[in-house]
Amino acid sequence: MEMPKSTIGVPELVVEDLEYARKRKTYNMRIALVYAGLIAYFLVVAYPLLWMVISSFKSTEEIFNHSWSLPHTWLFENYVTAWNSGISSYFLNSVMVTGMTCMLTVLVSALGAYGLSRFDFRGKAFILVICLGGLMLSPQVSLIPLYNIIQKLGIYNTHWALILPYVAYRIPLTILLIRAYFLSIPKELEEAARLDGCTNLGILFRIFIPMSKPILLTTVILTAYYTWNEFMFAIIFIDDDSLRTIPAGLMQFRDALQTDWGVLLSGLTISAAPIVILFLFMQKYFIRGIASGSVK
Amino acid sequence: MIKPDKFVPYLYLLPALVFLLLVYIPIFQNIGDSMYNWSTFSPDKAFVGMDNYFTLFKDPVFYEALKNNILYAVISIVFQVFGGLIIAAVLEDKLIRKFSPIFRTVYFLPVVVSMTVIALLFSFFYNPEVGLLNQFLKMIGLNNLALPWLGDSETAIYAVIAVSQWQSIGYIAMLYIVSIQKISPELYEAAEMDGANKIKTFFHITVPATKEMTFVAVILTLTGAFTVFNEPYILTGGGPGTSSEVLSTYLYKTAFSKDMMGYASAIATVILIITLLISLVQMKIFKTGKED
Repeated sequence: MEMPKSTIGVPELVVEDLEYARKRKTYNMRIALVYAGLIAYFLVVAYPLLWMVISSFKSTEEIFNHSWSLPHTWLFENYVTAWNSGISSYFLNSVMVTGMTCMLTVLVSALGAYGLSRFDFRGKAFILVICLGGLMLSPQVSLIPLYNIIQKLGIYNTHWALILPYVAYRIPLTILLIRAYFLSIPKELEEAARLDGCTNLGILFRIFIPMSKPILLTTVILTAYYTWNEFMFAIIFIDDDSLRTIPAGLMQFRDALQTDWGVLLSGLTISAAPIVILFLFMQKYFIRGIASGSVK
Repeated sequence: MIKPDKFVPYLYLLPALVFLLLVYIPIFQNIGDSMYNWSTFSPDKAFVGMDNYFTLFKDPVFYEALKNNILYAVISIVFQVFGGLIIAAVLEDKLIRKFSPIFRTVYFLPVVVSMTVIALLFSFFYNPEVGLLNQFLKMIGLNNLALPWLGDSETAIYAVIAVSQWQSIGYIAMLYIVSIQKISPELYEAAEMDGANKIKTFFHITVPATKEMTFVAVILTLTGAFTVFNEPYILTGGGPGTSSEVLSTYLYKTAFSKDMMGYASAIATVILIITLLISLVQMKIFKTGKED
């Protein structure tokens, strides 16, 4: 049970209480200072993002001359202009690439994780090492050979030039995450299903996948987050502006709209919105993902 | 475990292995490529052995880039690892905990916004005349600090590094929060009973109990610092001059602007060696950690 706190607020002129009150005061001061620090950092983080959203409704002139104030009139048409001057196509490309990458990553990883968690075979340890090693390799190192491979495969300047490398770089992590989850599924379920005449593939799709929804969701979120924001491959493996995804397209968008800050900021806001919304609604899965993978 | 037909498990792994080829083949190919002089448009590859490396080790731009990566690493460790730990410890304190979800969520927000958006946004803030940063500095009377941050070769790299810190502190803090939540509350209660103050508790309980996360955080920040590309590429393009060049942007320029593919491959190999060294240290530390 908690002690009643009322004694603190009651003014009783006893020396001991004065002493206590003084201690309490410095204590409160300290807490206030900590809060001041937290709020200051809160502003440092939140204000730039808020400024982006607010200024996206302003004219360029107003952004220049009244940077800190609310818009005089809210120019919703900035969003229409941004959408029509390229963002719509970048956005749809990103949706396509992200969707395909997520689907392929989850499918390939679930199959691989099933193989690794339910079978004994030669080379299993080696494949696990390959997955772990894949976590450590950074795409920068592979950039030039990958560029050549993509050209030789004839997929340069198509969405596949992004999807295939994205899946390749995501599966080491996702296989390990899904495998760990599969290992925790009780064997009895599998045996019962086998007695009922279920095949291996049937067990994977009827038992393992339905039972692993939380980790699969985490995987999808992590993959979507990575794919939506990836920049380096996106600017190098696609040349055609009409095929660009958002991060690469924004560079083009900036060059085209150098003088129209309001529209440019609308474009930035549209680009950031999907993953921010996904994060706000699915925080638990997001955090589980980054904590278990410890990979951005 | 089942033992059906021998090839069945390989069938399940086949798609994954095919994709993993895309991760592993380029690594080896890159090392081979670095021993030739070649470009995308000429069919001839001239074998030059280690020449690209000898040239690289005499190249002042390479050292400038490497120096910037090291600067990136040092500053990131201080701000992200140390700063992240402090923020996490404060947010997990039971006096603050009531409000910590809102702080936590907002501190983490920049992590989910793409660096492209963040870097373009900060290029507005850094604008010498109308940017928010200089407006703010003038407002509080620090007129002589209102510099052309990205346009001055002295400040450009710091301005770039600052953006990375702004994005990533919340990420490391979140990792620490998860790690601190695993510490038994009894430890803190016992410390409180003994009359230990917050700072003592932090150093005697929180820091040792999150040791493993600190290794992870250091490895992540180091790897990030030596492979950073987006921030300098978008904010300064490595300039003014080569003052904010990092290894990845130098690699990119050498390959795709100058079309010196062999030389760029040599830069990639250097990045590979640095990241592998970091990973080796990580494995070594984790192994010894387990034996304890």
